Amino acid sequence: MSKTPIDYAKVGLKCGLEIHQQLNVNSKLFCSCPPDLFKEDPEITFLRRLRPTQSELGQVDPAAFFEFQKGVKILYEANRKSSCLVEMDEEPPHPINLAAVEVVLTASLMMNMQPVDEVHVMRKTVIDGSNTTGFQRTTIIALDGWIKVGDKTIPMQAASLEEDAARKTGTQDEGKTIRYRIDRLGIPLIEVATAPVIYSPQEAQEVAFAIGRILRDTGKVMRGLGTIRQDLNVSIPNGALIEIKGVQELELISTVVEYEVQRQLGLIAIKEELAKRGITPESLKPDFADVTAIFKDTKSKVIRKAVDKKQTVLAVKLAGFAGLTGHELMPNFRFGSELSDRAKFWGRVGGIFHTDEILANYGITTEEVATLRKAVDAAEGDAVVFVADTAENTQDALKAVVDRCQEACTCIPQETRTAKDDGTTRYMRPRPGAARMYPETDIPPQPITAELVEKVQAHLPEPADKKLTRLIKQYGLNEKLAKQLIDSEYIGLFEETAKTSGVQASTVAAFLTETVKALQRDGIHTSHVSDEQISAIFKAVGAGELAKEALADVFTWLSKNEGKNLQDAITALGLKMFTEADLVPIIDRIVVANKQQIEKLGKNAFGMLMGAAMKEVRGKANPELVGKLLRERLK
Amino acid sequence: MSELEGSGYKGKAFQLLQQADCSVGDILKITSKGKTYEGILIPRFGEGVAIIIKMKSGYNIGIEATTEVKVEKIGKGTVPKFEAPQLPKQKPSLPHVVIMSTGGTIASRVDYRTGAVRSAMSASDLYGVVPELADIARVDTEIVYSIYSENLTPQNWTELAQTVAKRIEQGVDGVVIAHGTDTMAYTSAALSFALQNLPVPVILVGAQRSSDRPSSDAATNLIGAVKAAGEAPFAEVGLAMHETVSDIATVIHRGTKVRKCHTSRRDTFKSVNGFPIAKVQNLQITITSDSYQKRDPKRKITLKPHFNDKVALVKFHPGLDPAVIDFYVEKGFKGILLEGSGLGHVSKFCFDAIKRATAKGVVVALASQCIWGRVDMNVYDTGRDLLSFGVVPLEDMFPETGLVKLMWALGQTSDPKEATALLKANVAGEYSPRTLPQEEKLPNEGGN
Ligand SMILES: [Zn+2]
Repeated sequence: MSKTPIDYAKVGLKCGLEIHQQLNVNSKLFCSCPPDLFKEDPEITFLRRLRPTQSELGQVDPAAFFEFQKGVKILYEANRKSSCLVEMDEEPPHPINLAAVEVVLTASLMMNMQPVDEVHVMRKTVIDGSNTTGFQRTTIIALDGWIKVGDKTIPMQAASLEEDAARKTGTQDEGKTIRYRIDRLGIPLIEVATAPVIYSPQEAQEVAFAIGRILRDTGKVMRGLGTIRQDLNVSIPNGALIEIKGVQELELISTVVEYEVQRQLGLIAIKEELAKRGITPESLKPDFADVTAIFKDTKSKVIRKAVDKKQTVLAVKLAGFAGLTGHELMPNFRFGSELSDRAKFWGRVGGIFHTDEILANYGITTEEVATLRKAVDAAEGDAVVFVADTAENTQDALKAVVDRCQEACTCIPQETRTAKDDGTTRYMRPRPGAARMYPETDIPPQPITAELVEKVQAHLPEPADKKLTRLIKQYGLNEKLAKQLIDSEYIGLFEETAKTSGVQASTVAAFLTETVKALQRDGIHTSHVSDEQISAIFKAVGAGELAKEALADVFTWLSKNEGKNLQDAITALGLKMFTEADLVPIIDRIVVANKQQIEKLGKNAFGMLMGAAMKEVRGKANPELVGKLLRERLK
Repeated sequence: MSELEGSGYKGKAFQLLQQADCSVGDILKITSKGKTYEGILIPRFGEGVAIIIKMKSGYNIGIEATTEVKVEKIGKGTVPKFEAPQLPKQKPSLPHVVIMSTGGTIASRVDYRTGAVRSAMSASDLYGVVPELADIARVDTEIVYSIYSENLTPQNWTELAQTVAKRIEQGVDGVVIAHGTDTMAYTSAALSFALQNLPVPVILVGAQRSSDRPSSDAATNLIGAVKAAGEAPFAEVGLAMHETVSDIATVIHRGTKVRKCHTSRRDTFKSVNGFPIAKVQNLQITITSDSYQKRDPKRKITLKPHFNDKVALVKFHPGLDPAVIDFYVEKGFKGILLEGSGLGHVSKFCFDAIKRATAKGVVVALASQCIWGRVDMNVYDTGRDLLSFGVVPLEDMFPETGLVKLMWALGQTSDPKEATALLKANVAGEYSPRTLPQEEKLPNEGGN
């Protein structure tokens, strides 16, 4: 793979963004449950099957139909605090949450969009189990606007309001039962989408950043991990339009786009190489060989486990693919990984083996490989893929592998991929056909009146430039700090804290921007510390109960000890501030120990004594208090 | 030619659409507030004045019809043509089951273009939507009614019973009746009385989530119902619905002992003062009742399909004005089902009115509004007084089945004495002589 930087203009990259963020309103979108998640074991479970419904044209979603045919069941987990019969699909949805509509309206107007006159809730068919109903409820609130990013005007296509999905918590029964937790289901999400007019990874990140700031400015979005998800669509000429779901960290966007372009370029290279080798889809045959016998005494742990369970090892020859399955498409992601993803999805297996990887690492011997190659009649230029699981799963897995290799000869498949924490992406499912949407007849249309639009327009949040001037003036901040604050998710918290904590505004600002960023760089999960906790920390500093030098330590401790409070942190870190009663004997001891010096220096001894005292109590005593007590003692 | 009639548009919107010669399904361009919108014209239901279009993205939006709005037709709509899949080869070894529909949709297809839901009731259509059926039975379909279940009347019960009897006499292995859930238990009770000496099962089935959604309970229930109709060892009227909120098992309740107990849950139907006859899970039928009428294709069905709709249900409540009872008597009603309190009581203020009713030959029966349990009118004075006026206690029958039974009894004879005797006879398992401790499971969330 070439390491020279990619010229994205030359490659012809086109990228669009879809940003989803949870709204911070009191209840879910279509019921009165609080938007809370739970960690405990579920109080309620129920089992469902989702059936692909037939359209007038008889079309069904292929992935959904496949799962249905395989008898895939969904086990939902719930508790009484976070969900009611609505999330269980046991009660019709209640009317739409108007507070959520207003938030989306606010964001839409900030992005210069035109609200629709009447909101119609739609059902978007989704039958992977993430929605108990088999569809996601979604609605368009406004259309056709723009935002400025630097000098460029980015057209905004639409702002929608939709319900968040249930979260997957695992699978069981050889992948035939998928577990989902419905606490997240129904949390209101805003979705804003740009036109595909972004031409470089860096620009994608800047646009996402600008949109994120506008959403934050509404003051009504949740923050923290899992509350925001960025979806990208990425395409290059001769490549494919790829939908990438669920980029959680804004900072990852440019990397994700970069890797996706690399992946597509790599796949184009593979296609060209296959053409050179004379490999066509017809060269790849779904002829599978049961090679379980070869591995009956294997030392490979993975295969051993399968063989012991009386499962099957199945192999297939990939004609002409030698060397290509090992071709790296993204960091630590080869064409073999691409095959493995497909096998996992369609065959519910844990993974596959291929002959372009170092099989000795898995305890597979060269003799075993040689026998295997012979069993599938593989020549030198061929690769072999094999997999160990139930007979049915191995069949499905290898069929998916052969399908993918046939595609590799002719095209880059259009698909939906999911983003990983390192910026690489994995196969999620084939791209669904035109979104199959039909009206949610249980919810009446909701008019958006001119009065409502005027009311929201009159209370739009302060635009960024006005806010900058005000911050500088009102809090005496320098421009750099003020700018950082505006870009920070803590801007709201800053203003509140600066006004009420009694701590100097610049101290609060510096901590919430520079210190927090430094901590993030050190791998601290700053989002684990809640606004309430941060507010409490500053109040404690303002009240002299906590030294400002200890801010970062307390913050770090709280981020690592979720569910604990400030007092726990202070106790655990030994930061209990010395009271006057604690300090008097310490000062007394220091004065006695330095008796001679004091006599020699007289009044000038104060500095030296203060230094000695602070050395002992730094971070645990208010210096002003120490000075006062020392002065009194010296009198 | 504009085909806007029935599109639901009124006033300004109708006018604009008519001027532009638009019909539902046409592609429009609407200009409003300086923006243009393109999409397919969608019909309008209920209140509201905006013009609804479905945009290319699939979303519907409403644009208010004002004098500034411009509407232009830019394309003619095309109606999707659906061709039902070919009827799969029916396996001759499988039982022959007739599926009748009375309204609502047990199986349907969605027109994603306009959002319309169409019923899929031909046999080939049904196999397309619920392919599992092809391995359970040879299915035949018959549309008896297309009306909401709340609009069904005792006259419909009569016709339905006659239709079922005819098909059974022709020799089918079982009958399934797809029915809206709201009044399904009334119909199941009615058919239980009307279809006596059944040779094969008659199973009513419904859905709490409409069949156009992927999460619908319709398919599971239908599979359970068809399986039971075709193969169950009993020959009674049953009602098949989810056992819990999970898509695991369908239970077959006895037609006279089942009641809708929840407005929206899948397991809304419960056997009251009795137990389900059977349960169908993974295509296995398990019998859960110790007594039932055995399937016997040679048995001759006895049809008694008539009901008298001059029967009223009067729910007693504190302050009930006895004039209500007098009103029915004066209007010529032949029977009154009193829904008494507790063990079977009605305020003494109503005594004279009840006496007037029975004196006029009106049959007055009493069931308890407690739903669960048996009336006993010998424990307190009030109950003893009511008995002395000729009020007929309905034991452990809950009021809805009691009402249907009274209608049926008065449909068989106009003589109050004979009707009372019929009312007291156990015709279709509506009385159980023993009340067993029923595990009063609070609607269970299912488990797995
Ligand atoms: Zn809820």
